Amino acid sequence: MSDRGKIVIGLIIFVLIFTLPMTYNMVAKNKAVGAPELEIPPEAGKECVRSTEYMRPFHMDLLNEWRDEVVRHNDRYIEGPDGAMIEKSLSNTCLDCHSNKENFCDRCHNYLAVYPYCWDCHTTPEETAQPELVVAQQPKEEN
Amino acid sequence: MSLWFSIIVILVLIAIPWVGAGIPGIQTLFGVVIPYIAIAVFLVGFVLKVLKWAKSPVPFRIPTTSGQQKSLPWIKSANLENPHNLAGVIGRMLLEVLFFRSLFRNTTTAINEGDKVTYGSTKYLWAAGMAFHYGFLLIILRHFKYFVDPTPQFVNWLQYMDNFFQIGLPIIYLTDIVFMAGVGYLLLRRLFDAKIKYISLPSDYFPLLLLIGIGTTGILMRYFTKVDIVSIKELGVGLLSFSPVVPEGISAVFFIHLFLVNCLLMYIPFSKLMHMAGVFMSPTRNLVNNNRVKRHINPWNYDVKVHTYEEYEDEFRDVMKGAGLPLDKEPAKEKE
Amino acid sequence: MSSEENLKQEDLLKVDYKPAAKDWQDPTIDFEAKRGNWCYSGVLDSLDYLDMPHPEKKWAPTDEDWLLPENWKEIILDGLRLRLDRFRTLRLFMDTCVRCGACADKCHFFIGSGDAKNMPVLRAELLRSVYRKEYTLAGKLMGKMVGARELTIPVLKEWFYYFYQCTECRRCSVFCPYGIDTAEITMLVRELLAEVGLSIDWIVTPVANSFRTGNHLGIQPHGFVDSMEFAADDLKDIIGMDVEVPINKKGAEILFIIPSADYFAEPHYYTLLGYMALFKEIGLDYTFSTFASEGGNFGLFHSHEMIKRLNAKTYEEAKRLGVRYILGGECGHMWRVYHQYMSTMQGEQSNLEVPKSPITGTVFENAKTTKMIHIAEFTADLIKHGKLKLDPSRNDHWTPTYHDSCNPARAMGLLEEPRYILQHCCNNFVEMPDNTIREKTFCCGSGAGLGTDENLEMRLRGGLPRGNAVKYAQDKYNANILLCMCAIDKATLPAVCDFWAPGVQVGGVHEMVGNALIMTGEEERKVDLRGQPLSGKEGAKDV
Repeated sequence: MSDRGKIVIGLIIFVLIFTLPMTYNMVAKNKAVGAPELEIPPEAGKECVRSTEYMRPFHMDLLNEWRDEVVRHNDRYIEGPDGAMIEKSLSNTCLDCHSNKENFCDRCHNYLAVYPYCWDCHTTPEETAQPELVVAQQPKEEN
Repeated sequence: MSLWFSIIVILVLIAIPWVGAGIPGIQTLFGVVIPYIAIAVFLVGFVLKVLKWAKSPVPFRIPTTSGQQKSLPWIKSANLENPHNLAGVIGRMLLEVLFFRSLFRNTTTAINEGDKVTYGSTKYLWAAGMAFHYGFLLIILRHFKYFVDPTPQFVNWLQYMDNFFQIGLPIIYLTDIVFMAGVGYLLLRRLFDAKIKYISLPSDYFPLLLLIGIGTTGILMRYFTKVDIVSIKELGVGLLSFSPVVPEGISAVFFIHLFLVNCLLMYIPFSKLMHMAGVFMSPTRNLVNNNRVKRHINPWNYDVKVHTYEEYEDEFRDVMKGAGLPLDKEPAKEKE
Repeated sequence: MSSEENLKQEDLLKVDYKPAAKDWQDPTIDFEAKRGNWCYSGVLDSLDYLDMPHPEKKWAPTDEDWLLPENWKEIILDGLRLRLDRFRTLRLFMDTCVRCGACADKCHFFIGSGDAKNMPVLRAELLRSVYRKEYTLAGKLMGKMVGARELTIPVLKEWFYYFYQCTECRRCSVFCPYGIDTAEITMLVRELLAEVGLSIDWIVTPVANSFRTGNHLGIQPHGFVDSMEFAADDLKDIIGMDVEVPINKKGAEILFIIPSADYFAEPHYYTLLGYMALFKEIGLDYTFSTFASEGGNFGLFHSHEMIKRLNAKTYEEAKRLGVRYILGGECGHMWRVYHQYMSTMQGEQSNLEVPKSPITGTVFENAKTTKMIHIAEFTADLIKHGKLKLDPSRNDHWTPTYHDSCNPARAMGLLEEPRYILQHCCNNFVEMPDNTIREKTFCCGSGAGLGTDENLEMRLRGGLPRGNAVKYAQDKYNANILLCMCAIDKATLPAVCDFWAPGVQVGGVHEMVGNALIMTGEEERKVDLRGQPLSGKEGAKDV
C-alpha cells in the first residue's frame, strides 16, 4: 500500500537523522579523538597559579573572579604558588607563560566549540604584532 | 502514589550509575556498553513500533474537519484546517507537528455566576509544550559538539543565540531555562490540577522526572560541579565513531546524566513518548477530506448481509400496490 | 426512570469538576442510583432480525447478571485483536495518548456532569487499560502501576455505561494534539459490546426497522405515502397551490433522501415542507423513495458492518430508479456516513452521473465519486445564482441562531453553506459564542443513539453547553429559534431548549427557505410553514 511506502520512507529519514553523528564521524574518518595536545612554550617553566586539575574545568571561574576583584575592588595582586606576588591579569600573567594562545587556549576551545569573549578585549603579545585580527567575528563563549 | 512510584524508580536509576561509576573497570559498562544498547533498543524498538502501526490499514478516510470544506467555488475553503489536497495536508501536518496547532485551540471551561458556562482561551499547556519540546530539540542539537569532530558550524550559531544575553559565567543557556521551565510546568500541572492529577499514571510522571533528572545533571555539570568536557567529548566521539574509549577523570555526575539519557532512549519505544511518531500518522489529521471526490480503499471491505429492494417489495407488495406505488413485480397469482 | 419534573436547572448547574476520591481504575457502577444516565438494553426481536447475538432473555443494566455468553472474555479479546489489526486508528489511539488533558473539559457530558470518566481521555483509558493488560509487556508485568486492568465483568459494565455516554461528536478530536478521536474508540467498543449481546434498544430497534422498512421508525410504504400526501396538503393550505410529491418514480433525475423524522415528527416536518416548496418552485425532477426512506444510518452507532448493511440501499435504490444522482436532506450522522464511509464501503457507481444542478448548471465536482450532494450545497448554489426569489422579512418573527451539527461540522466541514442560506432567508440571524459553533460546536447531548427517554438526565446534562450558548443568544439578541441541520438535533434540542433556554424553538434551515421563498403563483402568505401568522407582513414583494 502506498501509505506504507510513505511510512517506510519516513522511517528511513528518521533513522538517517538519528544516526547523523555516526555518519558524520565516519565521513570525517574520526577515531576516538584524543584530547588535543597542549603546548607550553619552553621558556615557561614556572609553576602555574593553580593545579592543572583545577585549571582544566575552572580556569574561566578564576579569570572571572580576578576580573571582578580587579575591576570592582582594585584588588590587583595575589600570592603565587612560590610565594611571590603576581598580578591578576590574563594578558600580563597567564599569557606570560601561555604566550602561544593558538597552541594552548585555542586547541581545546576549538575542539569543544567554546568561544569565550576574553579576546573581544584582550590580545596576545604575538597577535598585536600580526595584522590579522579576526577574533571578534567569532561566535562567543561557551564553557 | 503514582508520583511516589515514579520518584523511587528515578532515584534507583540515579543510584545505579552513581555507585557503579565509582567501581574501577565498570565505567566501560556505563560509558560504552549501555549507551550502545540504548541506541540499539531505541532504533529497533522505534522502527518496529511504527511498522506495527503501519501494518494495520486505515480502512476509512476520517479526517476531523476543523474548518470549511471545499464545495462550491465561491465559498472560501479552509485548506489548512480541512485540507482538500496534498498541499493542505502537508500544511496542516506542519502546523500540527511544528506548532501544536490543535493544542493552541485549548480552552478552559468554567461555570460562572452560577449559570454561565464559559470557555476561556488558555495557552499555558501549549506554551509549556512548545517551550519543553523546542528547548529539548535545541539542547540536543547543541550537544552535537560532543558527538562529532570537528564541531559543525550550526552548533556555533546555536550557542551564539543561546548565549545571546551573556548572563553569568559560564554564560547561561536560554534553552536550559526554557526547557526546565517547560518540563517543570508540565509536572506541576499534573500535581496541582485535580483533573490532570486524577488521570496521571506513573508512566506520565516518570518521563517528566527523567527529563528533569537529565536537565538537572546537565546544569550541575555546566554551572556547578564542572566536568572535564575534553574527556567527555573523547568518550562521545569515540562512541559515535565506533571506536569507544573511556578516558580517565570523568565524574559520576556525567555517568548519571548519560545513564538517564540512555534510560530515556530505551523507554521511548515502549511508551507514550512514541507520540513523536504517532503525530505524523493520525488518520484524523493526515488525510485529505476528499471522500466524495476520490474513493478511499478499505483492504478488508467485506460483503455484508443486506436487505434488497426485492425482499422489501416481496414483503410490502400488497400495501405498496394499495398505496398506488409503482412495483417492479406485479403481485403474484396465489401460489398453488 | 427520571422524569422531567424531577430535574431542575439549578440542580444540574451544580457541577463539581473535582474528580471523586475513588481511583478511576475502580470500575464499579451503581446502575440503580444512576437511573436517568443509561439506556435500556436491546429488544430481542430486533436483535434476532439482524442476526445479532443476544442473551436468552432481555436483561436490564440494573440486573446483577447480564446473561453474558460463557466465553464473553474470549469474544471481546479476540474482537479487540481483530480490530487492532484492522484499524490503525485504534492502534495509534491506544499507544499515543500522553494524557495531557487538553480534551478533558471539551466533552459536553463532562461539562454537564463533572463525572471524570466523561473526560474523553478517561473514557478512552477504560479501553486502553485493558489493551495494556493484554497487549503490552509493561501492562502484563506491572499491572495497575502502568494503568493496566484485567478485563472483568465490572469493567465490561463500565464500558456499557460510558461508551453509551459518548455521542461520537468528535469535539475532543479537534483539540487533541494527536487527533485522537473518541468517536472512533466508542464505535469500536460498541462493536465489541454488541458481540457479547450488549446493546441498547434505541439503537438496535431503529437499525432493525431501517433494515426492514427502510426507515428507523418502521413506517411501511403506504404510511410513507400517506405522510407525504398529508404534507403536500398542509403545504397547499399555506401556499394555495397543489404540490406533487413523486415517490419511487423511475427515471427521475434526482433521488432525494431525508431522515425519516422529517415526515413524521415536529419540528422536522416544517423543513420537509420547505423542501417541497423549494422543489416545486424550481420544478425539480426528483423522487422520494419508500425503500431508501431514511437517510439516517443508525448502523453508525452500532458497528461498521451495520453501517454498510443499512447504507447499501442508497445506491441500490438510485440504480433501480435510474436517477442521475442523489441529493441528501438535512441530517447529521447521515452525512458522516454519506461523506466519510459510503464510497469506501459501496464502491464506484458508474450508473450515476456527477451531480449537476439542473437549474444553475453548476457541476458539483466535490461529489464526483459519491454522486451525492447536500441540500445546503444545492440551495446555496441556487441562491448564489439568483435563481430564488426570497423575502427574508417573512422570517422577521424569528431571530434565528444556528447550531452546527457535530457530523456536518467535524466530519465534513459544512459550515458556510447553511449560513449563506440563512443570511439570505432571514433578516435577524445571530451567532452563538465562537467557542460553541462551527468546528467547536457542542453536541445536542443525544446523538449516536442516545436520544431516548430513560437517559433524560444525562441528555440534559450533555445538553448544558449547547443550551447555555442558546441562552446566551436568547438573552443577548432575543434569539427565539435554534436552527440546525440534523434530525436528531431537531428531535432532542427542543427538550434541551425547554430546559436550559425556555422559549427558544427548534427548526431547520429549509424551513426558513420555505418561509422566505416567493413562489410563482402562490397566494399571499399569511402564515409561515408552522401555521403561525407572519409578523404584520403584507404580501411578498420581490427582493
